[in-house]
Amino acid sequence: MSKYVLRRLLIAIPVLVGISVVLFGILALAPGDPFSELATNANVPPDVAQRLRAQFGLDDPLPMRYVRWLTSMLRGDWGFSFQSRMNVDALILQRLPVSLFVLGSAYCLALAVALPVGVLSALRPYSLFDQAATTLAFIGFSLPTFFTGLLFILVFSIWLDWLPFIYRADIDTRGWRWFAEHARQAIMPVAVLGLFQGATLTRFVRAAVLDVVRLEYVNTARAKGLSEARTIGKHVVRNALIPVVTVIALQIPTIFAGAVVTEQIFRVPGIGSLLIAAILASDTPVILAITFVYAVLVVLFNLVADIVYGWLDPRISYR
Amino acid sequence: MDEYAIRGLIREVQAGRLSRRSFIRTMVGVGLTAPLASQMLAASGIAQAQTKPAPGFTPTKRGGGGRLRLLWWQAPTLLNGHFATGTKDEDACRPCYEPLCGFDPDGNFVPILAAEVPSVQNGGLAKDGRSVTWRLKKGVQWHDGKPFTADDVIFTWEYAADPATAAVSVTAYRDIERIDRIDDHTAKVQFKEPRAFWYDAFFGVRGYVMPKHLFKDYKGASSRQAPQNLKPVGTGPYRVVDFKPGDSVRYELNPNYHVANRPFFDVVEMKGGGDPTSAARAVLQTGEFDYAWNLQVEWEVLHRLEQGAKGQLINSPTGNIEHIQLNQSDPWSEVDGERGSVKSRHPLFQDPKFRQALSYLVDRGTVAEELYGQTGQATANFINAPTRLRSRNTKWEFSIDKANRLLDEAGYKRGADGVRVGKDGKRIKLLFQTSTNSLRQKNQAIVKQACAKAGLEVELKSVTASVFFSSDAANPDTYGHFYADMQMYNTTMTSPDPQFFMNQFLSTEAAQKTNHWAGRNPTRWRNEEYDRLWKAAEVEMDAVKRAAMWIQMNDLVVNNVAVIPENWRNRSSAATAKLRGLDLSGWDSTLWRIAYWYREA
Repeated sequence: MSKYVLRRLLIAIPVLVGISVVLFGILALAPGDPFSELATNANVPPDVAQRLRAQFGLDDPLPMRYVRWLTSMLRGDWGFSFQSRMNVDALILQRLPVSLFVLGSAYCLALAVALPVGVLSALRPYSLFDQAATTLAFIGFSLPTFFTGLLFILVFSIWLDWLPFIYRADIDTRGWRWFAEHARQAIMPVAVLGLFQGATLTRFVRAAVLDVVRLEYVNTARAKGLSEARTIGKHVVRNALIPVVTVIALQIPTIFAGAVVTEQIFRVPGIGSLLIAAILASDTPVILAITFVYAVLVVLFNLVADIVYGWLDPRISYR
Repeated sequence: MDEYAIRGLIREVQAGRLSRRSFIRTMVGVGLTAPLASQMLAASGIAQAQTKPAPGFTPTKRGGGGRLRLLWWQAPTLLNGHFATGTKDEDACRPCYEPLCGFDPDGNFVPILAAEVPSVQNGGLAKDGRSVTWRLKKGVQWHDGKPFTADDVIFTWEYAADPATAAVSVTAYRDIERIDRIDDHTAKVQFKEPRAFWYDAFFGVRGYVMPKHLFKDYKGASSRQAPQNLKPVGTGPYRVVDFKPGDSVRYELNPNYHVANRPFFDVVEMKGGGDPTSAARAVLQTGEFDYAWNLQVEWEVLHRLEQGAKGQLINSPTGNIEHIQLNQSDPWSEVDGERGSVKSRHPLFQDPKFRQALSYLVDRGTVAEELYGQTGQATANFINAPTRLRSRNTKWEFSIDKANRLLDEAGYKRGADGVRVGKDGKRIKLLFQTSTNSLRQKNQAIVKQACAKAGLEVELKSVTASVFFSSDAANPDTYGHFYADMQMYNTTMTSPDPQFFMNQFLSTEAAQKTNHWAGRNPTRWRNEEYDRLWKAAEVEMDAVKRAAMWIQMNDLVVNNVAVIPENWRNRSSAATAKLRGLDLSGWDSTLWRIAYWYREA
């Protein structure tokens, strides 16, 4: 087992180096200039932008910039933002709690909806409940979040005037009011994201339970005289959830990357909106740091998913 | 009214036979308007009113106004005005940092950290334009309690003028030879050469005074490491409590502010990010925010949102001009391995009749009415503000007939398909580029349609804004390369003085390979008379003569059709119905008067 983990970790190294070369190369070739705002301002002489380019090492040859970036990344230095003139890791850490809160809540909501609905519709396939759940799930994941987001704003903010549509991370009240205000402004982004993911997960849970519920051992459990609740709870759902857990583990890195579209619509200051702002401003150190950390997390959680899978299902062995 | 008559009137004012106000009113009447008129008086030694008339609200105590919520759809990324990349940063600095003087909506000077505006009459401004003596306000404190003195003013110059600092305000400060410290609250600025445009350093958004005691170790190359770039300490009405780069700034009232009983609000929050349309919505429709900045949204949409009745739209004039540039060089052939070389001439646009015909084909009236509404107006001039600098000698006209007649006269015959043929026998096809933006694409279509009626085929091209406006020397699609026949964009005039604004027609500024296309003049228009006038204006201390020079330069550009001015744009913003005292100025930051904003009960 430990040999397996070690081998997987060693394989991850060339994979990550490859990813970093591709990321760096694409960003270096992409059009755009971090100091273009200055270039269009008549009051700023062109030598200011040129000096800044030199100061931030943008005029050095590409391989040199890559090696410099990689070595400092290895030392834990994530770089220095052109736009904010601060360390990228500090910038990301500032955004991380909001992303974790909003996306984490959205995931909890998705699970809270998907598990019961998926299991119930699998137990009574093609019943009225299953038909309704399936229809809603299809609607749920065919509507993109930018559409449902705007729809929610229109209905709940503009027509009904119940909820704010601009997210403020910086609420200065204390105690219960702080909590209430945070909850109120998080309702719409969490609902938009959670229902979208919940729709997909519902279909997944339903399929997994359907696979298991027809197996012989379930019949055996029933024949043994176990109550229906016990049969479903201990024998069906538990086994059906094995693939679901892996899917969830693989999606955890996306919580870090934030939800680009939803964050943009509700002005949620998470990692996703930081990424978009950085891309628009050609702030390459920030883009690189976010995308690279995301890549690392994806590789890592793939490994975690594999290990968890083996732990849940002892039939799987590692060589 | 000629120069002689104006001088006569100035003498009347000097003698006290004519009031300041009626002089300015007369000037406005003849087209030389308020901002320059009061400049003219100042230059003639007539004091201008030092303080603005008290606004309708005179509070008896500081604070008590609760929370002010500001919404900027671009988020501030740093809080050092000398490193600002765009107005969002300049604006976010303003509640905290202050210049010596600000600019009011007419371009007049309003003292902020200065005790008075330097003028010839009070001995602050030298007659030869070589020095300015600043008398500073006493009893001003930095937010950390340290006193504000002349040393901070001197340091600000050293800091911003140091090329290694790479400050965006460097042009305002690098022509200062030295600043003499006369006493704690007096400093004398010595320029290297006489400077007519002396009201640049320490004015408006380029004039933020920096605390010496906090920045003295972060001058030059180490400037980017200063912790105060993100946690500023200024003299302004509000102190920064919390700053999340790219998201929001929270300010609280400065209890030691140097103006009595100001400011009004206890807490100010500036939220950034998103898009202009939903920002307008948050003020006009839901009232979640009190003020939304720079709403670059189609007029029709804004107008509809305003029906929500929770707020109102404010259109404040600027000097910004949406215009079409005609390439004066040949973008389609190479000279010395360079397309659009300054050595080449455009095969069609070298003919003045052709350029004039194009000017007739731009339907500025329709563009203004259909696309810009109250957010802009049709204009014939490149310089539109301050009013005193606006030329009355030009006019625009949309006439397909006149264009056709001119083109026929000049010998551009129509081919079998109705499209005209150039002198080289080839069908005429013009490439017209601009940045991707729904308004601009509609605008392009209006021009294309009119050109088609005059037998000119126009091909439209739109380039993503981040590429079009980039300074990337390797990218052929930037506005600096201008590898097209025509292009359109908005040039912003950031100061009430056109000296920098008008350098975009200097022959020395022509964008080309040798300057990595970073020159300010993408049309590569060259005119000796213009160059001479621009140089002369730099040192002309007589405000009347100088105004006449700018008008002359404007007329040269317009009458030679180097560019076709199209729309003089306003800055649109939205405020809740009860917000007062904004006094928005096109020459200074939106928040230049934030200390005086208040909410009506």
